[in-house]
Amino acid sequence: MARISRYRRHRLAGPVLLLIALSTVGAGFSMARAETTKVVAAQSDKATLIAEGKEIFARGCSSCHGLNAEGAGIAPSLIGVGAASVDFQVATGRMPMADMSQQAMRKRPVYNEREIAALAAYVASLAPGPAAVTNEELAWERDGNTAQGGELFRNNCAMCHNFAAQGGALTAGKYAPTLMGVEPRHIYEAMLTGPQAMPVFSDKVLTPQEKLSIIKWIKHAEEEPAIGGAALGRVGPVTEGLLAWVLGLGIFIGIAVWLTTKAR
Amino acid sequence: MSARERVAGTVANYVDERTGAAKWLKKNLKKVFPDHWSFMLGEVVLYSFIILLLSGTFLTFWFDPSMREVEYEGSYEPLEGLKMSAAYASTLHISFDVRGGLLMRQIHHWAALIFMAAMVAHLLRVFFTGAFRKPREMNWVIGVGLLTLGIVEGFLGYSLPDDLLSGTGIRIAEAIIQAVPVVGSYLAYFVFGGAFPGEVFIPRIYTVHVLLIPGIFLALITAHLMLVWYQKHTQYPGPGRTEKNVVGYPLLPVYMAKAGGFFFIVFGVTAFLGAVASINPVWLFGPYTPGQISAGSQPDWYMGWLDGLVRMAPPLETHAFGHTISWNILIPGLIIPGIIFTGMALYPFIESWMTGDKREHHLLDRPRNNPNRTALGAMSLTFMLVALINGGNDLIATHFDLSINQIMWGTRIGIIVLPPLVFVITKRICLSLQRADRDLVLHGRETGRLVMLPHGEFIEVHEPLTPERAYLLTQHEQLPALAVPETDEMGVANPQGARGKLRARLSRASQEQIPKPSVDEIRELESGHH
Repeated sequence: MARISRYRRHRLAGPVLLLIALSTVGAGFSMARAETTKVVAAQSDKATLIAEGKEIFARGCSSCHGLNAEGAGIAPSLIGVGAASVDFQVATGRMPMADMSQQAMRKRPVYNEREIAALAAYVASLAPGPAAVTNEELAWERDGNTAQGGELFRNNCAMCHNFAAQGGALTAGKYAPTLMGVEPRHIYEAMLTGPQAMPVFSDKVLTPQEKLSIIKWIKHAEEEPAIGGAALGRVGPVTEGLLAWVLGLGIFIGIAVWLTTKAR
Repeated sequence: MSARERVAGTVANYVDERTGAAKWLKKNLKKVFPDHWSFMLGEVVLYSFIILLLSGTFLTFWFDPSMREVEYEGSYEPLEGLKMSAAYASTLHISFDVRGGLLMRQIHHWAALIFMAAMVAHLLRVFFTGAFRKPREMNWVIGVGLLTLGIVEGFLGYSLPDDLLSGTGIRIAEAIIQAVPVVGSYLAYFVFGGAFPGEVFIPRIYTVHVLLIPGIFLALITAHLMLVWYQKHTQYPGPGRTEKNVVGYPLLPVYMAKAGGFFFIVFGVTAFLGAVASINPVWLFGPYTPGQISAGSQPDWYMGWLDGLVRMAPPLETHAFGHTISWNILIPGLIIPGIIFTGMALYPFIESWMTGDKREHHLLDRPRNNPNRTALGAMSLTFMLVALINGGNDLIATHFDLSINQIMWGTRIGIIVLPPLVFVITKRICLSLQRADRDLVLHGRETGRLVMLPHGEFIEVHEPLTPERAYLLTQHEQLPALAVPETDEMGVANPQGARGKLRARLSRASQEQIPKPSVDEIRELESGHH
């Protein structure tokens, strides 16, 4: 302090002090101001997104889910399902449903990413629920462990989705779909929200890291080359038996007929 | 005589002087075998068995039949560091780290599926042509034994790798053992050396799979072939073929060349399948843990019908005197297969009792000429097919967008309704074919050529059959049905009782035929109506 106070009578002390004071206040103000603007912008953006989502909802979803997403006889309430659920159902094309049959099936999505985000924001604004994730947020390649994921998959998923994630039958026409070609974010959101007949795998049941391992294993299964030759659908012995009869025995019968044909 | 011939002669002479083989070979190398493609189905079985022995021996060099827990350190990354049995780890080792190991595993498994498929096809040929009739009933029984053993052997092989799928199969086998009334749980404890899964079943089934059953197989196949050799092969009817001769080619050189070539073809096609088509990808299933299961767990096809029966059984259980009887497993898992295999083994005896035919038969039946037997075969086949379809009900549901419940109900109803329906339809088709044969013999082949006669009448020209074809269509014999005597010689009514009545009824059904053209009918036609 003594060294600084030595200059307190310096002729430039006043202007320098003024400069420091001005720049501090200015910078502080601009920083504070910038923050405020951003918050306001984000809020207004979110508000428009929600408004936009509400409008899309009213047009495309409310006929079944009710004008305020309160649900009706044929469709459940969406209050509290969260953005994750909306992102999964709409971005995989399951919603809007093509027909009210056993379960919604995966198809080309009706809405684009912006509209889906709006719908998600609207539904999330009704009550808190699991948030949507993006593929970029999920560092499954870095944080996942394939072997652990395989073990978890066999423990939790294979009984419905088949050992190689090819899908399987459930009761009365319902089914667990194949997981081949599903985006990581949708796999993650499905575990989080438990769509259709699927149970919810909350973060207590499967930690986020374990979920990433499962995604890594599924992606590995998707990319694994057919090691032993034609994979025959990876559905187990049924296709193998069919091939043994049709191709195996079929060829032998053909050759036996040829071998016993009388020379002409 | 060239030098080569002299050497060959010296060697042959050397062997003959010490074994006396020349006389035996001279006789047997000239043995005649009839030629027909359906006679080669049994050969496919035999050759697949040889492939199984060879590829299986290769696999034993690396397979470790132990349930000792190990940590996987092989080259298949997605299973890295997982705890598994030594059996599973060594199967992975064979698949990924042994040169040619995966190919051999796949050849072994494809050969097993083809072995069973060819066995069933061979059985159907023998059944539908009546080749099991006297004197071949014993060989038929041996064949049924081979089929049963084949199913067991295949299932044990499927269980050995100790992957998730094979463990699931073993679990179901345990449930079936437990379903045996009263002693079931004790039997299961005995088989598994304690509670499931225990630590002993892999070494135990390994011994049975590589030693006991192949040994019995070798013995039974030898007996099966020796009987064919001794009784001579059956042949299809035709001009010059009688119950007393065999028309065909001698063993050497024709049959030896054909059969030898066919062996290499079977080996080649099986190896090709093993090279291009994945079978039982154990690395995808993961190690077996009793807490895990996969959707679409299926047995290999020869067990599929059994799985289908268990899947369609309604949930029935009774509790009595401190015991639970699980009818839903006992009936489809033990009682129905028991009835099917016992019935199959006894069929030659049942048929000869029904028809009263105790004579030797070396000429085969054309299936249409025995409508009752053909219909019975088609009926049994329908039963098995419906059960087999239900064995894959989950895959049918997902791949054809159907409801698994509907498929199950469809097969539950189908397995009761369809077999009798198929019996009636097949029998009618056979009789219609007989009628068509009769028309063909009496009126010749319709040429489709219309001719106008001088007085304006149109007729279609019928071309008479060749004598060979006419012979083929009329050579079969049509026995009269057995009759129940009203009274015996002492005047006692109905001497054979209900048994006799049943036998007469069955005999009537099995002798239901369209009368083949009689000599008189043909003579009358030949004397010039057409």
